[in-house]
Amino acid sequence: MSFAWAKPYEPKAPLMRWLDERLPLPRLVYGAVGGGYPVPRNLNYWWNFGILAGLFLTIQIVTGIVLAMWYYASVDGAFNSVEHIMRDVNGGWALRYIHMNGASFFFIVTYIHIFRGLYYGSYKAPRELVWMLGLVIYLLMMATAFMGYVLPWGQMSYWGAQVITGFFSAFPLVGEPIRVWLLGGFAPDQAALTRFFSLHYLLPFVIAAVVILHIWALHIPGSSNPTGVDVKDEKDTLPFHPYYTAKDGWFAAGFLLVFSLFVYFLPNYLGHPDNYIPANPLATPAHIVPEWYFWPFYAILRAFTVDFILPAKLWGVLAMFSSILILFFLPWLDKSPVRSGNYRPVFKRFFWLLVIDVLILGYCGGAPATPLYVGLSQLAAAYYFAHFLIILPLVSAFERPLPLPDSITSAVLHHETEQGPAGTLATGRAAAE
Amino acid sequence: MRYILGLVGAVFSVVLLISFFSNVSTYWSSPPPKTAEEEFHLHPKHLSLASDGPLGKFDKQQLQRGFQVYKEVCSACHSLSQVAFHNLEGLGYTEAEIKAIANQWPTEVPSVNPETGEPATRKALPSDRFPAPYANDTAARAANNNALPPDLSLMTKARHGGAAYVYSLLTGYRNQPAELLKEFPAAKTPQGLHYNPYFANLNLAMPPPLTSEGQVVYAPGNPKPTVDQMAKDVAAFLVWTAEPNLPNRHATGIAVAVFLLFATVLARLAFLNIRNQKKATLVRETGVLEPENQAKSKRAKRKAGIDG
Amino acid sequence: MATLEQSAQAETEGGVRRRDFLNVAAVSFAGVGAVAVAIPLINQMNPPADVLALASTEVDISKIASGQAIKTVWRKQPVFIRNLTPAEIQAANAVPMSELRDPESLAQRTKPGKANWLITLGVCTHLGCVPLGVGEGENRGPFGGYFCPCHGSAYDTAARIRQGPAPKNLMVPNYEFVSDTTVRIG
Repeated sequence: MSFAWAKPYEPKAPLMRWLDERLPLPRLVYGAVGGGYPVPRNLNYWWNFGILAGLFLTIQIVTGIVLAMWYYASVDGAFNSVEHIMRDVNGGWALRYIHMNGASFFFIVTYIHIFRGLYYGSYKAPRELVWMLGLVIYLLMMATAFMGYVLPWGQMSYWGAQVITGFFSAFPLVGEPIRVWLLGGFAPDQAALTRFFSLHYLLPFVIAAVVILHIWALHIPGSSNPTGVDVKDEKDTLPFHPYYTAKDGWFAAGFLLVFSLFVYFLPNYLGHPDNYIPANPLATPAHIVPEWYFWPFYAILRAFTVDFILPAKLWGVLAMFSSILILFFLPWLDKSPVRSGNYRPVFKRFFWLLVIDVLILGYCGGAPATPLYVGLSQLAAAYYFAHFLIILPLVSAFERPLPLPDSITSAVLHHETEQGPAGTLATGRAAAE
Repeated sequence: MRYILGLVGAVFSVVLLISFFSNVSTYWSSPPPKTAEEEFHLHPKHLSLASDGPLGKFDKQQLQRGFQVYKEVCSACHSLSQVAFHNLEGLGYTEAEIKAIANQWPTEVPSVNPETGEPATRKALPSDRFPAPYANDTAARAANNNALPPDLSLMTKARHGGAAYVYSLLTGYRNQPAELLKEFPAAKTPQGLHYNPYFANLNLAMPPPLTSEGQVVYAPGNPKPTVDQMAKDVAAFLVWTAEPNLPNRHATGIAVAVFLLFATVLARLAFLNIRNQKKATLVRETGVLEPENQAKSKRAKRKAGIDG
Repeated sequence: MATLEQSAQAETEGGVRRRDFLNVAAVSFAGVGAVAVAIPLINQMNPPADVLALASTEVDISKIASGQAIKTVWRKQPVFIRNLTPAEIQAANAVPMSELRDPESLAQRTKPGKANWLITLGVCTHLGCVPLGVGEGENRGPFGGYFCPCHGSAYDTAARIRQGPAPKNLMVPNYEFVSDTTVRIG
């Protein structure tokens, strides 16, 4: 699809030829994840997480369809129907725990995938749309995960729905009518639960559609790589199959092993105990928190405590939404022509600072709102905005990057012939062959 | 565009810093008062049960004792709405025993008189869930000094600390410490509540349910029914009610993990194979292209007298 | 394939085969995994434990007079319990086996000594409608038993199929008399 040397699809089996002439589906697959997609040969393991995200989306859709066969979206029946799945349905406990932990793992791999993109500059031209479509997927994931968390109608479900729809009431005039419209009432109730269930079932398919666009847009310029240097010729790439299918395959198996340890031995570790208490509209739990993957945003929301021109509540909500929206501008905020953080000494330091910053935000978001954690999240949130909107543009203007290799392969080949088996790991192995 | 965004970033950051400094100054000028909960709340005691750990299974003998404690003590006020009598098979009871337990359960199941259509009750059947001791929440509150005894089915999953919390709470009742009253005179346990440091706000509406050794008489061959033993047994029973499929989950988990371990090793070997078959694998790893390694190789070349 | 003469060649082939074996093994492991995943996804659609626990139900039959019938529920399906009159028993016994589509005697369809208690599922063996004939004044069809209005299957006084598209007699569930007045179905 992307490069001139991409191998054309040549069906061997007569059935495939027959099908290809009528509906070129095999050709599409071959060009997307088969031998017809040339991929830079130097991808490292951080590049495996995109496929893993696709794997977890599939797991969520399959287990979700099955759970929907037993779940009732009714305020009186929802909690009990989930317990019915856990106790009486054949293997229902496994399906539900896979779905529950699958959501967390979907976010884990997605976060790694996003930070990989941030470090290696995968958002830069010509891949801006790949990045933005990815952000759209992420926003849809957050909406889906939030609505899914409401469905068991436990205490956290109920109060999560109350608090998150409450964000909208921060906006003057239109806010409260929007909140009432979203809920179909003045508090979360049957109308809200039913519509959340409907949308929770719909949105994953929308995500799948945007994933197709994300991959389509990726395949125009082709994958980026750890050097950030453009692919120059055939020597720089490998066909996706079999090298990368095998690499993705074994890594996915290993990652599923980690996932299964959570599902079968720590199934409630990533959840909150209060969601095993049925929803009670008259009593809020002592310490309400969203699921862990929202903690950084929750910390930003709670960090605004002073009415400065605007009310603190509005500041918090605006900042929380902005914290994601600013990422859409990233390709234009970071003007450095060098993509990979490996060749950007200053950027690299700030990148790791950002990682620590987001981890601190996450920790504070999950902790109770004591002065210590609120104070910490105020500093961390300030850095978050400064990083993307002030530091990154300045760094990209003033930083002096390290010299880039001429191409993915040439520098190394040159090094090989001149130097012989010395020094690095890869040369040693090449010499051994 | 970049200037506008930079301004947005500056505004957010500045507002956050203002919030931060105003918080710090408030904290400095009037630090929040200490509370009795902060100082006297205790984390649950350690409790080890047969169901712990990745290979844990239930000790059915203990579950039966715990069920006996639930039946004779807790069930007077607490429902167990997610569990059905036929589930007791998991505790090792036979079908006939379960039928007898259901038939003799003190609370009957609401039903309808088949002749008059008026509300009535009937004896429980094995397929019924445990009938609740009160008709509804209002009745439960009315009978318990306006406190609602929670359903116990999911108790060990619905509290931080799980079974250890249940065990600690049941054995944690004591007189309010003198230091607490000295430091926080306003925090004196109100009339009708009971001091328990394992409860989040220290004062609990439930009176101590397990008070004396031998309150429940265990069948011969079981440990002595001390308060501690009864609390452990009922905690173990509530682990079962919250997650009756736990042994099944552990066994499946071991099988899945072993399968995936083999699959990972095998797939990894297959991948190494494919990697070694490739003739041109020079740049498989990013290692050579790392700036440090590039610098290193340049240094090596310079040493060897070759133009970098 | 490898013969003595080809041993040198076989050695290099052995390396290739070992590699192929690994790939094949890895792919087949993935296949086994996929099948193992499919099993719970299919199995979850079977009846859950609480539905299976409803497997038996006890019915008081003391109030059913001779010639009357009641409808009760077992596994969410209707069950007909009929107290046959002597005339109905006689009519059922008078039918020669050769005339029946699904030959069964009344004695085979009732318990010994309780020939007047005919207990059958109220589910037409054609396509599952509930036949008429339990309620007072309902159409009992040309054979005096039950009549299914959906597609016109007629059952006789022993609830055996006599006319219409149904292939089998109304099914007799497993049941036993707990006492003279109580029946446990299932």
